[in-house]
Order: sequence, then structure tokens, then C-alpha cells
Amino acid sequence: MSTRLATGGRLLNRGDVIRFSFNGQTLKGVQGDTLASALLANDQMLVGRSFKYHRPRGIVAAGPEEPNALVNLGSEGAFEPNQRATTTELFEDLTATSQNHWPSLEFDVGAINAKLARFMPAGFYYKMFIHPRPLWKHVYEPFIRQAAGLGKAPKGRDADSYEHFYAHCDVLVVGGGIAGLTAAHAAAQTGARVIVLEQTAHWGGRAPVDGGTVDGLPVDKVVDDLVSALIDMPNVTLRLRTMGAGVYDHGYVLGYERLTDHAPERAGPRHRLWRIRAGHTITATGAIERPLSFAGNDVPGVMLAASVRDYAVNFGVSVGDRTVVVTNNDDAYRTAIALNDAGLTVPAILDARVLPVDSPLMAAAKTAGIRVMMGHGIARVMGSKRVTGVAVCAQAGEGAVLEEIACDAVAMSGGWSPVVHLWSHCGGKLFWDTDFAMFRPDVDKAPLGADGRAFVSPAGAANGHFGLQEILGDAHAMGQGAARATGFKPKNTAAPAGDSIEEAAMAPVWLMPQGAGKALRGKTWLDYQNDVKVSDVQLAAQEGFESVEHAKRYTTLGMATDQGKLSNINGLAILSDALDQPIPQTGTTTFRPPYTPISMGAIGGEARGDVFQPIRRTPMHDWHDENGADWEPVGQWRRPYAYVRSGETVHDAVMRETQNVRENLGLLDASTLGKLVVKGPDAGKFLDMLYTNMMSTLKPGKCRYGLMCDENGFLIDDGVVARIDDQTFLCHTTTGGAERIHAHMEEWLQTEWWDWQVYVANVTEQYAQVAVVGPNARAALEAMGGMDVSKDALGFMEWADGTLGGFDVRAYRISFSGELSYEIAVRASEGQAFWDALMAVGAALGVMPYGTEALHILRAEKGFIMIGDETDGTVIPQDLGLHWALSKKKDDYLGKRAHLRSHMADPNRWKLVGLLTEDGSVLPDGAYAVADGTNANGQRNMQGRVTSSYHSPNLGKGIAMGLVLHGPDRMGEVLAFPGTDGKTYKARIVDPVFYDPDGEKQNV
Amino acid sequence: MSKAVTALGGAVNADGIAAIAEVPLQGMITLRGDLAASAVKAAAQSAAGVAVPGPGQANCTGDSGLCWMSPDELLVLCPYGDVSDHVQRMQDSLGDVHALAVDVSDARASFTVTGPHARDVMAKLAPVDFHPDAFQSGMFRRTRMAQVPVAFWMRDSDSFQIICFRSQARYVFDLLSVAAQNGSAVSIF
Amino acid sequence: MLILTCPCCGVTGEETEFHAGGEAHLTRFGPGSTDDDFESYLFMRENPKGVHFERWRHVYGCGKWFHAARCTTTLEVFGTYPAQTLAPPQELCDAISAKRPGWSWRALS
Repeated sequence: MSTRLATGGRLLNRGDVIRFSFNGQTLKGVQGDTLASALLANDQMLVGRSFKYHRPRGIVAAGPEEPNALVNLGSEGAFEPNQRATTTELFEDLTATSQNHWPSLEFDVGAINAKLARFMPAGFYYKMFIHPRPLWKHVYEPFIRQAAGLGKAPKGRDADSYEHFYAHCDVLVVGGGIAGLTAAHAAAQTGARVIVLEQTAHWGGRAPVDGGTVDGLPVDKVVDDLVSALIDMPNVTLRLRTMGAGVYDHGYVLGYERLTDHAPERAGPRHRLWRIRAGHTITATGAIERPLSFAGNDVPGVMLAASVRDYAVNFGVSVGDRTVVVTNNDDAYRTAIALNDAGLTVPAILDARVLPVDSPLMAAAKTAGIRVMMGHGIARVMGSKRVTGVAVCAQAGEGAVLEEIACDAVAMSGGWSPVVHLWSHCGGKLFWDTDFAMFRPDVDKAPLGADGRAFVSPAGAANGHFGLQEILGDAHAMGQGAARATGFKPKNTAAPAGDSIEEAAMAPVWLMPQGAGKALRGKTWLDYQNDVKVSDVQLAAQEGFESVEHAKRYTTLGMATDQGKLSNINGLAILSDALDQPIPQTGTTTFRPPYTPISMGAIGGEARGDVFQPIRRTPMHDWHDENGADWEPVGQWRRPYAYVRSGETVHDAVMRETQNVRENLGLLDASTLGKLVVKGPDAGKFLDMLYTNMMSTLKPGKCRYGLMCDENGFLIDDGVVARIDDQTFLCHTTTGGAERIHAHMEEWLQTEWWDWQVYVANVTEQYAQVAVVGPNARAALEAMGGMDVSKDALGFMEWADGTLGGFDVRAYRISFSGELSYEIAVRASEGQAFWDALMAVGAALGVMPYGTEALHILRAEKGFIMIGDETDGTVIPQDLGLHWALSKKKDDYLGKRAHLRSHMADPNRWKLVGLLTEDGSVLPDGAYAVADGTNANGQRNMQGRVTSSYHSPNLGKGIAMGLVLHGPDRMGEVLAFPGTDGKTYKARIVDPVFYDPDGEKQNV
Repeated sequence: MSKAVTALGGAVNADGIAAIAEVPLQGMITLRGDLAASAVKAAAQSAAGVAVPGPGQANCTGDSGLCWMSPDELLVLCPYGDVSDHVQRMQDSLGDVHALAVDVSDARASFTVTGPHARDVMAKLAPVDFHPDAFQSGMFRRTRMAQVPVAFWMRDSDSFQIICFRSQARYVFDLLSVAAQNGSAVSIF
Repeated sequence: MLILTCPCCGVTGEETEFHAGGEAHLTRFGPGSTDDDFESYLFMRENPKGVHFERWRHVYGCGKWFHAARCTTTLEVFGTYPAQTLAPPQELCDAISAKRPGWSWRALS
């Protein structure tokens, strides 16, 4: 059984007991535990079921590479699935449940899949569930969805908050082990700004567990001294619990800081995403131990050898009373010695190698009385939910059992793989090191930055160095090199001198035993999380999936949440062997960020709730809100769609408002319309290029409606232009068009006509603008008192500055409704006060505020087009019958040349018409008019579509506008519009001006 | 002028790691022109009472000052009540010189972020190096804050002043309040 | 994510402060141009593997357009320069030649 030892545990504070629950059972751990170490201390080796076969799975590792120990953490607003127990720090009242089993972890019905394993080979799902096709949606997919998946998606709203943080530094060091700290110190001594990220809660990485000395001092003491020295340096930032998640172009690195995962009671954000720009990044990310491939290597109790050591040394936890060590290298001997030192039994070390002479570690193990069996391996592991023993065989054979050794744990080591993920994310290349059987960074092929020079350096074990002396020398050199690369001058100092036990060479072992037969290979796991076995990879190769990227996707090797941290190298070695080619030729799959999964909350950062997106508010926004506004998003603006009164539907409100404008008086908040000041000696010439019609001839004091096209000839905006003085124009744009059209103007001024003397300023938000509309509009303004707004003083399409009710205003006599209408601009800061004053004087005149839907109906009654309804980026002015706005006098304007292209001049373009249903009902917006026959794709031919459609309360029937083939020539014809409701609507083609065609009402 | 109000009516949030406060109405004039031209410089200096700053710089004292917006644009700060006069005087003094002076006081909202952790709050929202060696008093930066454009400068060593569009005042205030929430100090500056 | 230096205001900022504007140094063809010239102006673009000249706007900063010479394979930025020019500065072309001997882009090399 696994248990807490009486002594040991360098990271523990044994006096501080922590209670937590696992699958409803209350357990005890101590401060400093991870969830994994606390579970092991409580003999909870079984922690989950595998993805496909639901096999019992135990804890394998002690770090982020853990594939099995994934749990659901927390509940309700703090619920999160797929959390690794090995990287979850224990806290009081932590609640964890295991995943992927039903009804319970101990008894799982899905485990029947394991009995069917030989019927479920690689690609099983692709092969099995493809026929018959109709079964997929209702039978196969629901079944697979029920059976598959690890944790469950949370249902509650995330109760935590998250944030981003932009950080800049000269040198970023990812990894706070002895290499990272040494590199950081070397860089920081030059004066460079240094940030060091460490994903765990502790500095030093593996060094304090593995031992050795630096400059004669024990390495754990050296780590403490280095950390103290770095803390004292003002140019250094150290962050624990912060993982380097990804390396991107131009020195961009994401760090993932877990602030309150270990202390949920703390205030503040849960996670912080560091968006770092580093001049140079050092990846001191260490190495990960590889499993060995032998039958039953997934039985709970089979663990990585160094992790077994970590649990003993760091957490005072023994994973078993009798632990068999199986290895192909010297490092696992450290585990055997550490367990022996802790008073535990190591019945045997099975070493697949045959060494001519004993290495120092081997000699030490033998001296400690441990039996070492050279040239031996494991034929198979006995036990199902827990290891009960191993069957020993010769590594060179086919698995004939030589003896059985009773044990309750197996510590395996297949060698080490440098963590090259961050080095590789942005293009760092790798080479195959045959001595250590590993891919390691090719430092001559580093990722290149903005200046074309390398911006990432690997250091220490991450760079393929393992002895303490080599690690320190490499880290010191890389730290100094990074500082030099960012413009600092390192002094010529020597690296600290490391001393550690000399190790004998490892020997690659990809299958144990070497000649394992089919039965053994079918029980030999490569990817624990996705249940991929040696036999699956071999089958994939046999079926022609020879590219490592294809084999990965076919078998799902390395595609689980651990992204193959343990399985990839072993898997591609098996693939290489099956393809009879060397490993470098097979290559690796692509390393992609993040290194381990990061929370969606951290990615979103602050952008949630009220600040999910920037909502733009006019000065009268709060008034609208308090007066029943039903909001409509228009770009980032929110505009009242209608002001809904108590007892009304939205539709009722729209009808009431629309009628009231025609009969009495309406107020519209038009502040969102863009307002651009264009000034300069060449302003008229410039506007003549931007608008299709002539603007330079406009007289000061007058207004003119204008159209804008892009160089493709398509309509992009419209609005009223007012000439302020000889050199100054004020151009109105559509709501949401202000920034776009301002940018459009600046683009042409800066990049094409930079010699023209024109300045543009966006004054949209300087003004609150109110449309005062209806037969009583003039009376209302007169009641305000001030400037003369009579027909003679301020005629249609004129503007004037003055005062109204004591407010400084600019009044425009323009109309988008066909009624007597003024648009009054006041300072935005006085917008609400001005609106209040208008409402007050309007009370006697039947005033009502109206929203955007009434605005739309009023303009549609008049046949006025709306950018975004009648236009969609493919419509030109000629389509809309706006020929009158295309100047023939001008040699050039944006879009003029494009209108001559054959497709634009095609007489068969759809043209604007009015549409009236036979029965007065409302045509579905966007409906298409069908024609006879089918097109080349076998689809029904079309001859037009509805662009705007409303019920007009003033006309008492539905009105619509649309674009129709030869439309203006087909007045009176009836078209058929199939709706999505299954009905077909009939509508007659009519003139698009439905109301007051002679314009008598607006020009009074 | 009593009818004029700021976008948020003087909102404050002093509950977090830095104090957020809306600044009272502030006169602002956009001045576009050739910044090397003596008439343009004179117009700016006479309104603000300070010298024209260089690229990336601001000369601000109290509610008057000049901020360098772009190679052909200055932001002139002056008391809110003086804006109309200043615009008129600038236009008069510029005469036939090709330039544009326009009142934008009401188009903007402005906030201060104050306290020892002000730099932390700023660095959560803007992709700018806020290390004291990199951003100091006298500097002026236009950039984005989360999803909207802003400009800011330092009023003193632990206080920033931010300008944004008036319509986005609520968003920016809420953003700053979230970024200043308790327990969120980063403490790296 | 790229970092770029705006030659107009001197700010070095990350890509989110900027807006990419497509190929640089296009010649506008207006009324009177042939169909081929106009089509080429509207639609035909370089798609090089290597040295490229692009337009960018410092949209969250000074608002100015500028040009950048950039390598489309390594993302190295050779230099930036203001937009009010018909061709890149000679010293920039020389600097590119030093790093990418034999480069060519449209008529430039």
C-alpha cells in the first residue's frame, strides 16, 4: 500500500493538517502536499478510468506530465474538470471527484470495453461507425458522447475573475530549476531586466531531490541562496505558480499565473495571463522521464522512477512497501537508493542494459544490498487495480518468465526527454541525440525575432544536459548570452562548479522484452490517457499511416490533454521500428502552445460581464434606459429601438411612435451619426473625390445629401454634408460609420493625395444631436425660444448657428422622414439638459421620443435607402436609382472608373423597387423572389430579394423595398417570395416612394 | 454652463488597489497643422501657456497643457470655460495658415488612476511598458486599453490621467475598476 | 504577434496597436485607364515568399499610415518608413540586400 512515511518530506509542514474530500470521502493531508501526494498518503492509488477501455488507472508522475490523475475540482461556480492532481496544491476543504466511470471508480460498467479490446483496434471509431450513415446522428454519436470524454463540462457560471498583464523585460527565463536560476542570475548581473517564471510553488526543480554540490555546497542550499540573491536584485522579478505557456513571434511569451487555485479564500483574480515581450527568452524547462513499454505498464502502482523518488523525498510518501525498479539508465538507481534509505524494500532492480563494469550508482545500490538484475526486464505486471507483482524476463528474449517477484509498486525509467516545447513553439529545430536517445534543441536553428536574430535559448536539461556540472555551465553561458543579445555586457565570470555522481550511458529500450509477442504488445500502453497501445501504432503503420502526423491522428496517440508528454517519443520509436527507418527520419509531431492546458477565463481576461465588449453610450443613454428603451445594437452603439410603455408590446410602441411623428412631434437621439470636420484649401476638391456627387459647389449655409463609393464602385456610406465656410465642411456619416469613414479619408489623404491641403477631425462625440420631427417641430423650437427657425430664415437643406432655450446650437433643416424636421446639435455635455428642455416644451405639442424602428419605417415610407439594408457591399448607386447623385461633370471620383466595368454596367443588375403584398401583410425581410428554372448547381433561379420590409401604420399595410431583375421596367408585375415558414408571399412591384411623393410635408 | 455634465457625473472608485476618479470637464482643443510653423506653435502656446512638446511628450500643468498627438496634431488642454475663446483666438491668429482648431472638450471623458499600484492597473489593460525606467512624467502615449483607444500621461509619480471617447466612459471606468480589484496587485514595478 | 516601430511617432508597439493595409506602393488607375490596368490595380497583388512591402496604420496610436519591409517567411522586419513616397528608401533596400542577397519584389531588387 502507499502511505505517509514517519519522516521526510522536504516540502511539507507536517504540523498543519488539511482536510479534503475525494469522491465524497473526507481525507487528511498536510500543508505542502499536492492532491496527488495526499491521495497516495491515503493509499488512494486508483484515481481514474482510461478514456477508451475504462481501465483502472493510478498516479504515474509527480508533475505536469501526469496523464491519469485528472479530477473534477470544486463545485458550482468553481467547478472545473480535468485538473491534474499532481499540480494541484492541497488546501482546506478541497473537493475532488474522479472522472470517466459509471457508476463508481471501483466498479465501472464501461470496463467491458477492455474485454472487447481486440475488437477495438486503432481507427476503430472511424471503421465501425461510418455505416450505415443514417445511424450516426441518432445512435452512434449520442452513444459515443455518453461513453467518451473525461471530465464533464461545468454547468454553472464561473464565479471567479481573471486578468491579463502586459510585461516587458530584456531576458525572460522560463523554469525556476537550478538551470533557470543560474541563467537568470548570470543575465541579471549585467543589469538586464529579468523575469523568471516557475510553474510549481517551489524553486529549484529536480536538483534538491537529485542532490549534488555546487562550489562545494549542497545544491538545495545553493538554490535557496540563488533565490535570495535574485529577490534582492531590483531588476529581477520572480514568479512562482506561473507557467510559460507558449512562445510566439517577435519575443511574445504567454505566462499563466495561478493566483488563488491553492488559496480559494483569497480576494482577487484566480488566474492572470502574462503577455510578455522579452528581448530574449531562455527555456530552462527541464526534462521529462519516459515510461518503459512492457505489458501491464498501466496497472495502478506502476510509476515513473523519479516521481516515486519525488513522492518520498518531497512529500514523505511511499508509493509501495515493495517497489521493483525497472530501468535502462542509471538515474533510476537513485530511486532505489532513496527508497532503501527510507526503510522501504526494493526487491530488485531490473536493468535492461548489460554494463561491462558497475557504474558508481549501481555499485552504491549493490552496497546497500539491493539485488541488481542486468539484462532483465518485465514480461508483464500482475494485478488489475493494483500491482501485485512482476514477471521477470530477459530483455533480449520474447518474454519467457524467469521468475515472479511480489511487489506493490513498480518504478520505471526509460530515459529522459528534454522539454523542448517552448523552444519549438515558434520554430526552434531539434536534432536526435543517439547517446541519450532523445530529441534536443539545435541551438544553431533557433526561432528568429523581429531583427532576424535568435530570440530563444534553451538551457540545462531542456538543452539536453544532465550532469550538474554540464547544466550549470550551459545555464551560465545561456544567461550571459541572452543578456549580451539584448545589449548588456556580461563580465568574464566562470560558471559555478557542479559536482554530481558520474552516470553510465543509457541504452534505448522501446519495447520490453525486445521480442515481445502480439499478446504482450496488446497490453503494452504508450498513451495512458487515450488508451493507445504498441499494437495500435504498429497497426497504423501497417495500414499505411506512415507520417507521424497521420499516425498520431489515426491512433489518437498524444492527442489527449497531456498532449503526449509521456507517450510521444516512445510512440514514434515504435512507429519508426515498424517502418524500419531511423527515429530522426520519422520526426516529431508539432509542438503547439499551451504547454499544459490553461483556463478559458485566463484567455478571456477582464473581458466578461459588463466589460465583455465596449458599449458606446450617447449623452442621453440613461434617460432612454429609464424611459423604456428596447435597445438595438448598432455597431458598438446602443440605440433605442423603441420606447415601450407599460402594457405595450415592442410592436405597439413602434406603431405608436411612427404615427406620432407624422401627426405631432417626435424626438430622435441622432447623436450616433458620425460628424467629420474637413478643412483646408483643397477640402472641396477632396470631397469631390470622395462623394459621387459634387460638393465643391455647395454654398456656405447649405446642406447636400451625398453618396460615397469605394474604388470598387460599391456604396459604403451616405449622409448630409454641410458647408460651414469657404474652407470647412461638416460631413455626416451613418451611425457606426464615423471611425470607418474618418479612416477612409485619412487613408486617401495620407497615402495618395498627401500634397493636398486638407485636415480632418472626428467631432462625432462633441455633439449630442436631436432630430425634432413632425408637423409641430417648428412650434417646439419656437417654444424653446431663440434663433429664427422659420421657413424663410432656415429653409429646407440649410443650417444655422444660434441659441435655443439658452443652449448654443447648430440647427440643420434636413429630413430623413419626409416630415418637417430639424436636427439640432448641442455640446454633448449639455445633451441631456437639452433633451429635457425639448421634452418639456413638447409636452403641449404631443411629443414622444421615437426609436430606430420608427425611423426605419418613416424613411421606408418615403423610399429612402438605408446603408446596410438596401446595400450589402455589392450594391452600386445605379442599382438604387440614384443616378442623380452621380456627377457627370467630374472627371474622377472614387468608384467612377469601377462603374464602367462590364459587370457594373450590366443591364441585368437587380434594381430597387417598392413591393406591396396583395393582402397588405408584411413580406419576410430578406426573402427571395423565385424565377423559373434552375441554375448550374440545380438551385431554383432567383429574380430579386426583399431589402426592407415593415408594417406602415400611416398607410395601414405592409410596405417593402427590394432589388429585382429589371424591376423598374416591371411595374405592376406580381412576384412570388417563398418564406422560411413554408408559405409563399405574393407582392406587386410598385414605385418605392409610398408616402407624400411630391415632398410637400417636409418643405413647409 | 451649469447644464454641462461629465459622462459619468464624477464617478469614483476608491475601493481597490488604486483609486479611479472621473476628471471634471476639461477644455480640449484639437489643433492640426504644421507643428514646425511658428503661427501654429504660437497659437498652441498662447492657449496653453506652455511650450510645444516633442513626439511622445506632454507638457501639462493642472488643467492646461499641450500633448503631442501625431506629427501634425496637438491636443490643447485649457479650463473648460475658456475653450470657445481659445478656439476663436487660435483661429484668428492662424488667419490664412492652413490649420484646423476644433473644440473636442465634450467628445472626451477623462479619468485618473492614482496610488502605488497605479502602474499595475495600467499594465493590465494597455500593451505598454510601464516600468518606471520606460514610462515617466512628461511622456504621453496613445494606445489601446483593452478594446478601445485611449491616451494617457502621468500627473505625478503614482498618478496617471487617461483620456477616452465620451461614449466609452462607462466601459473605461468599469475596466479600470476591474483591473484595480482588491487582491490583484502585481507588484513588479 | 509582431512588433512594429511607427516611423511617424517613433512608438514601438505590438501588432494589436496597428492595422495591416495590404500591399504597398500601388499605383492608382482611375477614369480613362484600360480594363487590364484597372483590374490589376484593384485585384492583382504580390504574394512573395520572402521580402515584401506592406502598408500599416498606427490605428491605436498617431493614426498615421506607414510602410514596412518584412520577410513573409521569418517575419523579420527590415524597416519601416512613412507612406508619403513612391518607393522604399535606398538605404533600406541596401540593408535588405545585405541580409537577403538576390531578393526582388516587383521591379525592385
